[in-house]
Amino acid sequence: MFKIINLIVKSGILSDTAPLADETLRVTTQQIQAQILASFGRALVIRHVDAGSCNGCELEIHALNNAYYNIEGLGIKFAASPRHADLLLVTGPVSKHMEVALKRTYDATPEPKWVVAVGDCGCDGGIFGESYASCGKVANVIPVDVAVPGCPPTPTALLRGILTAITSPQAATVVTPS
Amino acid sequence: MLDTATPLPGAVKSWHTYVDAPHWLAQCRNVRDGGGRLVALWGSDERKHDAGFAVHCALATRDDLLWLTLPLAAQPPCYPDLSGIFPAAARMQRALFDLLGVQAADAVDQRKWLRHAAWPEDQFPLRKDFTPSIPTQAAGDDYQFVRVSGDGVHEIPVGPVHAGTIEPGHFRFSVVGERVLRLEERLGYTHKGIEKRFEALSLTQGAKLAGRISGDSTVAYAWAYAMAVESVTGCVVPPRALWLRALFLERERIANHLGDLGYLGNDAALSFGFAQFWILKEQMLHMNHTLFGHRYLMDCVLPGGVAADVNTVERGAQLSRELDALEQTVNTLHAIYDQHAGVQDRFLTTGNVTAVLAAQLGLAGLAGRASAQAWDLRVQLPCAPYHELDVRMATHANGDVAARVSVRFEEIIESLRLIRQILTLIPEGPVCGELPSAAARALGVGWIEAWRGEVLVALHTDDSGGIARLHAHDPSWQNWPLLEHAVMGNIVPDFPLINKSFNLSYSGHDL
Repeated sequence: MFKIINLIVKSGILSDTAPLADETLRVTTQQIQAQILASFGRALVIRHVDAGSCNGCELEIHALNNAYYNIEGLGIKFAASPRHADLLLVTGPVSKHMEVALKRTYDATPEPKWVVAVGDCGCDGGIFGESYASCGKVANVIPVDVAVPGCPPTPTALLRGILTAITSPQAATVVTPS
Repeated sequence: MLDTATPLPGAVKSWHTYVDAPHWLAQCRNVRDGGGRLVALWGSDERKHDAGFAVHCALATRDDLLWLTLPLAAQPPCYPDLSGIFPAAARMQRALFDLLGVQAADAVDQRKWLRHAAWPEDQFPLRKDFTPSIPTQAAGDDYQFVRVSGDGVHEIPVGPVHAGTIEPGHFRFSVVGERVLRLEERLGYTHKGIEKRFEALSLTQGAKLAGRISGDSTVAYAWAYAMAVESVTGCVVPPRALWLRALFLERERIANHLGDLGYLGNDAALSFGFAQFWILKEQMLHMNHTLFGHRYLMDCVLPGGVAADVNTVERGAQLSRELDALEQTVNTLHAIYDQHAGVQDRFLTTGNVTAVLAAQLGLAGLAGRASAQAWDLRVQLPCAPYHELDVRMATHANGDVAARVSVRFEEIIESLRLIRQILTLIPEGPVCGELPSAAARALGVGWIEAWRGEVLVALHTDDSGGIARLHAHDPSWQNWPLLEHAVMGNIVPDFPLINKSFNLSYSGHDL
């Protein structure tokens, strides 16, 4: 136990001294928190769907949870079910074999909802394109609000994409808390 | 038999030979009886060359890689089933039928494997005359699962969209209470036509796609692909580039082990482990970006060489400081994991794969080494620069989650040692060579010990030296069936822990 506490103390609070995005991230952080509160009055809940990616984008989505990007600290969390989600974070290309599952996940997500397509493949099919096995970009299968390019997009780019989605005109119309 | 085999040029010590059906079986039996394994099985459409089809397999012996080709008639294209000799062949043969329509005639399990409903069962995407039919809304996948019946048995279907941030696949658990009687996997959800896509790309363009077969193993696949291309082109890679490839590969190994060790702590309710390991992983990715221009080193390995270098003394010093800090914290965390009663209670005896079963079914890579299967290409068949690095293999006899964790810890420390060696011994010189045009109708192979296990890329060129056929093989093919065994008798809540200890690829398997 001493070792654990010792290492925690030694590690310190990295979120505050993040060397990656520094002040820009801090600004983004505050923007995101304010926007989420304005739009939802509570945490933003994301359901991630891998619709056929190479697993590269998933690595960066995992990284959002590390101490540097600290996505939960922003008031954003990942849910296990689309029924609990406000936003779908979808990586692509959408394989033909995931087409039905993606549509069902979209249908199971309650309104209002946002879809952020992730990565070059999610944006335009990427190097896999459209084929007998690939539907190409996410927008070919479900409506997309924001598309974040990159191969894979960095965690900071993903955060910006999420922020862009919830600051869209559509988001402004669904402010519910009084 | 081997008198007829011809050596393939390039970095992999490999031989190719044509066989007839009786020798197809005899040769596989010989390799198995000599302690060898099946690495990969695939097929090709040879009708353009006035032949029918061909089925190929790559076998690992103790000394080299043996590539067998069995030519098949165009009608009906059948070959003898290998799953009696190598059980791992069963799913590969089912996938081969789905994609090319050549059949292991006497195999017991003839169910589809990679095909769901995206193309009809009488059409085969890897045939040269395949034309995609008009896209239709994919109908339901009428896959026949094996049913378990009895008092109190019920099924838990999971996926393809999982609860966590992981790739899609379907798991069908048959359970009594909390105990798993049987797990059946259904994969193929991420099949996106990678092998067919390669056939439309040039050898140079293919490098980008190779680096995206499985995003977490991008260096390994890019290197294996480059090896295969360099084999068919006779390209001479500058020595410095080879050392840099090894540097990238070991960094990829460390980054993946760090991430998985963090999740393994998390899945055993030690979220402290997740927080700590992911700090280390993020620092490493950040360093990759700073020094080499990409967090995961995508597109850093190209046919002919590499696209990034450690070209200043300051960069070398930065890396050394990073390695020292990383080693210290990993050792501290190793001691914490080892001494944490709650974690050890979850890790020990969980998800066990015995050495006997691992040997029979061909468990590969780090999971294999954790079940006493002492195979590591970097040790047994080292390509340059590993032949100068004297890699020490990490193994364990227990085959449980704890053993796989132990192997991962040891491999991180060993990779750190290797990177230090590389930084000391790396020769000066250019990092990319000229890529000559490829020979027509040539065969080339690349074979790399990735963090998960060995990946193989087999390349067939066409009459003009372009890509006629490219097969990429992930060690997950060997290991997914063993996960079904590892879970038996465990409780359902231990599945995520067991699954993560293997962390198998979906995309690399589904292609």
